[in-house]
Amino acid sequence: MFHFSNIVRTKGDPKIIEGGPSPKQPADQLARALGWFSIGLGVVELFAPRRVTETLGMEGSETMVRAFGLREIVAGIMSLSVDKNAGLWARVGGDGLDAAALLSGLTADNPKKGNIALALLMVGGIAMLDYRAAQDTKPRRPARDATRKLFPSRSGYPKGLEGARGVARQIAAHANKSPSLNPS
Amino acid sequence: MKALVWHGKEDIRCDTVTDPEIQDPRDAIIKVTSCAICGSDLHLFHNFIPGMLPGDIMGHETMGEVVEVGSGVDGKIKKGDRVVVPFTIICGECEQCKRGNFSVCETTNRKRHLADKVFGHTTAGLFGYTHLTGGYPGGQAEYLRVPYADATHIKVPAGIPDEQLLFLSDIFPTGWQAAVQCDIEPTDTVAIWGCGPVGQMAIRSAILLGANQVIAIDCLPERLSMAEAGGATTINFEDESVVERLSELTDGKGPEKCIDCVGMEAHVMASQPDTLLDRAKQMAMIENDRPHVLREMIYVCRPGGIISVAGVYSGLSDMLPMGAFMNKGLTMRTGQTHVNRWTDDLLRRIEQGEIDPSFVITHTVPLEQGPEMYEMFRDKRDSCIKVVLKP
Repeated sequence: MFHFSNIVRTKGDPKIIEGGPSPKQPADQLARALGWFSIGLGVVELFAPRRVTETLGMEGSETMVRAFGLREIVAGIMSLSVDKNAGLWARVGGDGLDAAALLSGLTADNPKKGNIALALLMVGGIAMLDYRAAQDTKPRRPARDATRKLFPSRSGYPKGLEGARGVARQIAAHANKSPSLNPS
Repeated sequence: MKALVWHGKEDIRCDTVTDPEIQDPRDAIIKVTSCAICGSDLHLFHNFIPGMLPGDIMGHETMGEVVEVGSGVDGKIKKGDRVVVPFTIICGECEQCKRGNFSVCETTNRKRHLADKVFGHTTAGLFGYTHLTGGYPGGQAEYLRVPYADATHIKVPAGIPDEQLLFLSDIFPTGWQAAVQCDIEPTDTVAIWGCGPVGQMAIRSAILLGANQVIAIDCLPERLSMAEAGGATTINFEDESVVERLSELTDGKGPEKCIDCVGMEAHVMASQPDTLLDRAKQMAMIENDRPHVLREMIYVCRPGGIISVAGVYSGLSDMLPMGAFMNKGLTMRTGQTHVNRWTDDLLRRIEQGEIDPSFVITHTVPLEQGPEMYEMFRDKRDSCIKVVLKP
């Protein structure tokens, strides 16, 4: 089976014959997709806010759209990092803000209210994915108050702690034998 | 053969790969009998250190039996020898090797042009630790090619279990060098940040080198209990102020010697805003390291004291208090460990029963379980401190 990574192997180094199972879960892939989506949307909001407000009939809200774009980029970067769970929860919170902002523009006199309704539908769908990914990527670290094994008898000194201190005292008494940074 | 292969961030798999081959007359192939996951492997697992490529084999704490040697090893090792493999690949002939500065060997990094660009000068080739250090396949595998094998090995006797010898490859000499770099005096207080495997070895080393008082700092009960067993007074930084407690324990003067066994992934806490800022900058890739421990050491260290850095840092660290560092007249000593400089002495100490490094092992599993053990070790589940893998 062809493995792309093999083409950069130095001649003679081991090459992959058959890949083992990946520890990545579907939720990890979803988090990655949402992270990139977040960055993409954020870039559009940050650099083309007028196009967004015109599409939604919310002219005059460009500053808010830029701020939301920045938030999307930060949440996207977090979702792609090892702290992805924090990034995904940030996205869930951001979805709420997006929905609130869209609802504020859903007025009877807005000629683009159909677009807003469509956007609200999309935000709802994405929010469900964000929530699902956040739930499924919860850190598996034990809680701070979880019961832990303790190792009070693992000193590492077969002759006991006092024996180890005795060795040190012998070294001090023969200082010329103590290790030096300069071996020669 | 089976090997643990890096495929990307948080994606290490147990793949089937081709067996290693002799590439140079000075090579040897060993059949791995034991290998371990190092704390510094987690930096690669998180992809915080640049230079890994999909398909790279992990691992730099390895021992085993020699099964094949090249024509140029000159009888220094032979088939059947039992060897521990240092994580630093050394030629034994260059100016730095002759000075005992093995971790900055000038010869063995086969991709030295990368290291020259990034670090200014090349350092030694390392097993399984990015293409900056040669891109050599690592030892979390059934077999390992050892380049420059006539110099890069520690011959060990039969009759001592692997578990007592394996850590001569890295964490034991790393903790030892961290303590030796402190020039420990019998009246000294040595404060050690981080009670992971290297921190545990540094605690024992400081005791064996005659420190008057050793203080160990961490937040995990299992690690603190092991540190106490080794003779340290402990500080849980989630429960008490490190600065205040160190001051109390040293009559307000601060520890003379400080050892960093944490490195670039310092714990992030809301009560330490600098750690939050570092994490945000690291995430945005505008800072490589989270150097909270360095900042704290510089702040608490007694004027004229020594700071020894064993924890791994990869690149740029922000907001280091150079004013305090300079005005307090501190000395900082750092470096990847010159493993072979210390191993004769450390092997003798193991043989004489002064120390048994196997105390640190909490989990021993087959190699195939390696991928899940990376996650367990990272998450500190099941009180995991050190994982040994058996191919």
